[in-house]
Amino acid sequence: MSYRLMKGNDALAEAAVRAGCRFFGGYPITPQSEILEYLSSRLPEVGGTFLQAESELSGINMVYGAAAAGFRAMTSSSGPGFSLLQEGISYIASAELPAVIVDVQRYGSGLGDIFQAQSDYHQATRGGGHGDYRMLVFAPSSVQESVDLMGLAFDKAEQYRNPCLILSDASIAQMMEPVKLPEMQEVDPDKPWAAKGKNGGDFKRITSTMYYIEDFDGYIKAKFDSMAAAEQRWENVEVEDADIVLVAYGISSRICKEAVAIARSRGIRLGLLRPITLWPFPTNAFKEVNSEVKAYLTVELSALPKLEDDVKIACEMKTPVKHFLGGANIPESSAIVEEAVSILNSREEVSWLKN
Amino acid sequence: MAQKLIPELLVEDNKFCPGCGHGIVNRVLAEVLEELGLADKAVGSLAVGCGCLMMDTFGTDWVQAPHGRAAAVAVGVKRVRPECCVFTYQGDGDSLAIGFSETMYAAIRNENITAIIVNNGIFGMTGGQMAPTSLPGQRTTTSPKGRDAALTGQPLNIINQMKNLPVGYLARGSVDTAKEINKVKKYIRTGIETQMKGGGYSMIEILSPCPTNWKMTLQNSLDHIRSTVRATYPLGEFVKDGERTDA
Ligand SMILES: Cc1ncc(C[n+]2csc(CCOP(=O)(O)OP(=O)(O)O)c2C)c(N)n1
Ligand code: SF4
Ligand SMILES: [Mg+2]
Repeated sequence: MSYRLMKGNDALAEAAVRAGCRFFGGYPITPQSEILEYLSSRLPEVGGTFLQAESELSGINMVYGAAAAGFRAMTSSSGPGFSLLQEGISYIASAELPAVIVDVQRYGSGLGDIFQAQSDYHQATRGGGHGDYRMLVFAPSSVQESVDLMGLAFDKAEQYRNPCLILSDASIAQMMEPVKLPEMQEVDPDKPWAAKGKNGGDFKRITSTMYYIEDFDGYIKAKFDSMAAAEQRWENVEVEDADIVLVAYGISSRICKEAVAIARSRGIRLGLLRPITLWPFPTNAFKEVNSEVKAYLTVELSALPKLEDDVKIACEMKTPVKHFLGGANIPESSAIVEEAVSILNSREEVSWLKN
Repeated sequence: MAQKLIPELLVEDNKFCPGCGHGIVNRVLAEVLEELGLADKAVGSLAVGCGCLMMDTFGTDWVQAPHGRAAAVAVGVKRVRPECCVFTYQGDGDSLAIGFSETMYAAIRNENITAIIVNNGIFGMTGGQMAPTSLPGQRTTTSPKGRDAALTGQPLNIINQMKNLPVGYLARGSVDTAKEINKVKKYIRTGIETQMKGGGYSMIEILSPCPTNWKMTLQNSLDHIRSTVRATYPLGEFVKDGERTDA
């Protein structure tokens, strides 16, 4: 199969179609609008439905309806729009329906701005909406990975009957890279649970499953525990002997890979732990790290540290965890190396308390 | 004498308060779906409000929509399953306060769904707060001195908002007499027939008593609808087969 040069957003959209997505309802917002634009012509070609909704609130609820009817359905948004999706995502999770949501992260609270950021980490990984649920959160670091994770997200959403999130950002969404696209998948929407009229059988009630499950607390905890155990994904780069291990996902991880190469060429033992799933956070990845590692250094495009929290939990606070933040500014790989060197040379004991 | 059978769709006794209008609307809707042979093909998008109680007692497929979003959920179902009979079942607070935008845009796009809006002029489920439909002077728990229209707006007449749109069918009925209940049945039937022949958006608003929160007996509630509520919300068909019938 040959490569095609595609923009991140277009590639995500095409990958969704090839994963069998047949419904999209959403609202324009930069930097994700190309997903709508692409699907507005692409979905009808495959007999699917594209609907530009009157708001993100409406869009996510259209997705809820299409998913309830058994179809693979998706919406995408960014920043303020992602906030508006949260109630609907909570309903989809509570009804145990599959759906895929894309958040192309942009910078800032409130209106913020349209450039890249990784500030929605907590909203993405902690549930975002009300109540007891998590989404499987996939964090692509390239256009190709956006494509690969989109197919996986639809499959996992259906396997667990739970919404999945693709957490992209403005830079990956807007860059162009060569991609290999998967074959077109046809997916049967006639699931036994789908709302399509009872057709002589029992009537189906698509609502919070808590009303019909005994010991729901235990049931739902076991569901998310099993996802947490089975779905951790990561990539480790030279962590076995590293004195400092960078932790970064998405666009930041690409800068960190370069930092590792620069450091290694200078004889500095730097490594990178790249979470591919942010929920579940890949705690197992830490088992591959040098047991003598001196510190972790998280690199996030966020004005406040967030990923750092999960790293502290993963290493049970036994190893110092520092952060290197790029909010409105994208850090240079050389600056990350210098930060790592200064941590190594620091005469004080490196402590998570000093962050 | 012919025996009137309870529709099979009413799988359990309803759970509404005694005298609640929702029970009548449930009965009529069930009869229409069965008479049109659509019970097996129907999918309801259920609002948040006292209508929620139907999830276990009314035997069609259901999707529980978030408060206000029933129209959007119904649109999602109908667009992927056009062969189904897709309806919303909503209160006035759900459809016209928090869900005004979704309700209106379903009509603006002339979506091929049927909206059933039960207007009792109040937020029933949450204990009787003011709704957009509450009448001027109406005492509610959030307008204890009576609704002040100067501060909170005039009662919202949704048919006036929709009747200039290119929709399929709009009607308003009431459950205050047997005669009007029969008309409600005819309106719901026409609305659903409009949908099933691809005739576009249909909406039936039904004036309905909430004796509990109106703090009235059932008889007084019905008299109140006849003597007062109907003056603000006139009954009848307003759009039929896409044409205004009142112009
Ligand atoms: C987002 C959200 N806000 C508020 C509520 C609380 N709530 C539940 S039902 C309701 C009002 C229902 O009134 P109406 O739609 O008129 O239905 P009725 O009970 O009168 O039939 C409200 C405010 C909610 N469930 N969700
Ligand atoms: S509170 Fe009002 S609307 Fe709700 S069930 Fe009771 S009477 Fe009906
Ligand atoms: Mg009401």
